[in-house]
Amino acid sequence: MTDAAHEQIKADIAANDVVLFMKGTRTMPQCGFSSRVTQILTFMGIDFKDVNVLADAALRDGVKTFSDWPTIPQLYVKGEFVGGCDIITEMTLSGELDQLLADKGVTFDKTAADKIREANAQA
Amino acid sequence: MGQVADTMARKLREAFAPEALDVIDESEQHRGHGGWREGGETHFRVRMTAAAFDGVSRVERQRSVNRALADELAGPVHALALELRGAAE
Repeated sequence: MTDAAHEQIKADIAANDVVLFMKGTRTMPQCGFSSRVTQILTFMGIDFKDVNVLADAALRDGVKTFSDWPTIPQLYVKGEFVGGCDIITEMTLSGELDQLLADKGVTFDKTAADKIREANAQA
Repeated sequence: MGQVADTMARKLREAFAPEALDVIDESEQHRGHGGWREGGETHFRVRMTAAAFDGVSRVERQRSVNRALADELAGPVHALALELRGAAE
């Protein structure tokens, strides 16, 4: 872990409303958990920056210490840590993610979010 | 239950005095995936209800469980899915 990695993370979450630290990229996720969160964000039409931690070992360790969170992916909205895959999934299904995005003034497709909930209610 | 699951359950009971606790070995569902190995006990799901979580954010709930299981997460456990509820929920 280096200070440079933490500075990079601070800069990323300051410059972008929604940042996903993930394994792989939005178009080529390298892990099922990163893939799931990418799919949720993409389906909900959320504009986000993907940061591939596999491209930088210092960043991969640095984001874990920065967030006090041991796993990847990690989602930040307006500079605030929201959670990993479990939390994002639960918040999507409960509607809490909609609320959070609305509170933070982040644009998303409410109809798409409702579709995710409908599909999972039937499952 | 396997040895790792037993240890996790014991540590969680000591740390949170849960009203309900399930430690589920889901390793078989991840056969061949990253971190998987023969014999299982690599991928777990923990379902726990505890008064200790009442009024505590999702992030802080998970952080407290991750701290309680730090040795397991640094060692044999590759993935840990958490479903954590407060007693009042």
